[in-house]
Amino acid sequence: MSSGVGTLRAPAGAAPRSRSRPGVATVYRWELFKLRFQKRTYLGLGAAAVVPILFVVAVHFRHHRGEGGSDFAFASYLTKSGLVVPLVLLLFGAVWMFPLITALVAGDIFASEDHNGTLKTVLTRSLERWQIFAGKALAALTYAIVAIFISGTVAVIAGCIQSGFNSVQTLSGTIVSAPKGLELVYMSLLIYLIPIATVVCIGVLLSTITRNSAAAVVGTLMISLLFQLIGILPGLGATVPYLLSTQFNAWQGLLRQPIDWAPVVRAAWVCAMYGIPALVAAFLVFLRRDVAGG
Amino acid sequence: MTDAPPDAAPASLGPAPVEVRGLVKRYGELEAVAGVDLTVHAGDVYGYLGPNGAGKTTSLRMMLGLIRPTEGTVRLFGRDPLESVQALDDVAGFVEAPTFYPYLNGRRNLELLGSFDGGDARERIEQALETVELSDRAKDKVGGYSHGMRQRLGIAGALLRNPKLLLLDEPATGLDPAGMRDMRLLIRRLAEQGMTVMLSSHLLAEVEELCNRVAIVRSGKIVYEGAIADLKRSAGATYWLTTTNDERALAVCRAQPGIEGVRTAHGRIAFTADDAAVAELSQALIEARALIQMLTPQTVTLEDLFFSLTEGDGIVNGGRPAGEPATLEASR
Repeated sequence: MSSGVGTLRAPAGAAPRSRSRPGVATVYRWELFKLRFQKRTYLGLGAAAVVPILFVVAVHFRHHRGEGGSDFAFASYLTKSGLVVPLVLLLFGAVWMFPLITALVAGDIFASEDHNGTLKTVLTRSLERWQIFAGKALAALTYAIVAIFISGTVAVIAGCIQSGFNSVQTLSGTIVSAPKGLELVYMSLLIYLIPIATVVCIGVLLSTITRNSAAAVVGTLMISLLFQLIGILPGLGATVPYLLSTQFNAWQGLLRQPIDWAPVVRAAWVCAMYGIPALVAAFLVFLRRDVAGG
Repeated sequence: MTDAPPDAAPASLGPAPVEVRGLVKRYGELEAVAGVDLTVHAGDVYGYLGPNGAGKTTSLRMMLGLIRPTEGTVRLFGRDPLESVQALDDVAGFVEAPTFYPYLNGRRNLELLGSFDGGDARERIEQALETVELSDRAKDKVGGYSHGMRQRLGIAGALLRNPKLLLLDEPATGLDPAGMRDMRLLIRRLAEQGMTVMLSSHLLAEVEELCNRVAIVRSGKIVYEGAIADLKRSAGATYWLTTTNDERALAVCRAQPGIEGVRTAHGRIAFTADDAAVAELSQALIEARALIQMLTPQTVTLEDLFFSLTEGDGIVNGGRPAGEPATLEASR
């Protein structure tokens, strides 16, 4: 090694250093940067982009063969307006696709530090643990938001190519113009982020506790599926409005005339009921844990 | 080998770089660290020695705030690393192997660490890479680095912080001979620049060459802390003696004050004594007409003392038994 060490030292008698401190934004930026280099990022975002295209292709062929299901909301409008495609995807994506895409990063973002042994590296720099936690959690949420909006935007584009940029019939039977329909689609995506944020919180909790990416990702998906299972079990009907899975349908309130805000408000507090304790638990675990491995 | 390190670092004002008191870490029934007390003074190159599982790495992790002690306190320049990360402002280093993001290249990893350090740390990246001779490989992903390259990148990452205290956990482990030599030279240069260095190592010859003070830990407890020179002095020098009349010489040795551990082995007389006692013994042997044919001092190495303290009964040639308070502080 070279003898240049001396040049790295502060001059003798230098004044005490006042280090300008990094913050949550620094961690956040670097977490997003790191996501650019990880396969799971592209796996998730790729799925978010490809699934709407596959869906539109499937609808196209079914329509040309004269087949067509009409057993779910908007089904009969799929070939009449491309703006319906993202809404149908929101409907079905809640089952496992969007929770899985979200969990891919949320479940990995802390566990991968354990896997790589890098937690000790970052915790011995100039950042408090809470700053690292906040930066990582925000990055996981950002990824989920990007995934949802990529999926929605690709669905809008693919749907409009297939069925045209046409007016949409709401769940109340009224017709709204295409531009208004587009606005409702993106508002629906925003509302959809409420339960997605809760999935992020659950993923972060499992990532922190298990310290194992695979366990955290699968665990997050299992919890999401469990809520749906509870929803269809006989005798548990009273719990349905308070299940996480139900909140994935809150956006449908926007598709009524007048807009029904009740499911949106309920989604906000029900999701907070699940998400905040999960996030606080993850925070406390991360704050107090011994970094003994790696 | 260059000049031997000084026995003690120059005295300095202000809190010690490392001050550990009553440090204990228990995992259930297992007591990994059992009441460690040690002080690293400014300018020390301090060796932290012990067999595998003795609690060295756990202690270092507690010093860096990675693990919460069950009992006891750690102060780095007077600040508790558990209270605020500001306690690490003048501190850098790594425990076990330094770790990086394998999918980022070396420079990106250092940029990340520099950003996490704040201040002007990022401005030192090129110099740090040059110092550890990784400039040519800085664009390669760390996942493809050899162990030695990662160790060097670990040092570069530490230097970004422009630390006053460097904590290194077995920095030369896994390096080839050239890498070990380079690491040794680098640590010596850093120490010469005034950096305080605390390093754990299994390489006792290296510690003996680099360090002025050591702590030796066994089963989570410090069995010795102080200057290496003091440790050797406490052990006393061992001598081998052959005379014209060994039978008479043996009797003289046993009767002579200051001569201890007298025994015969391999046809020679062995004993331990300090310089003054040996001089008086020489005179006594002449008077007893047991003329000296050979009197050879046997050098006690740190390795001898280490094994005596960590494997044996903890007694170094009549020195302090292990487990008693280690009070041999370097004269300052």
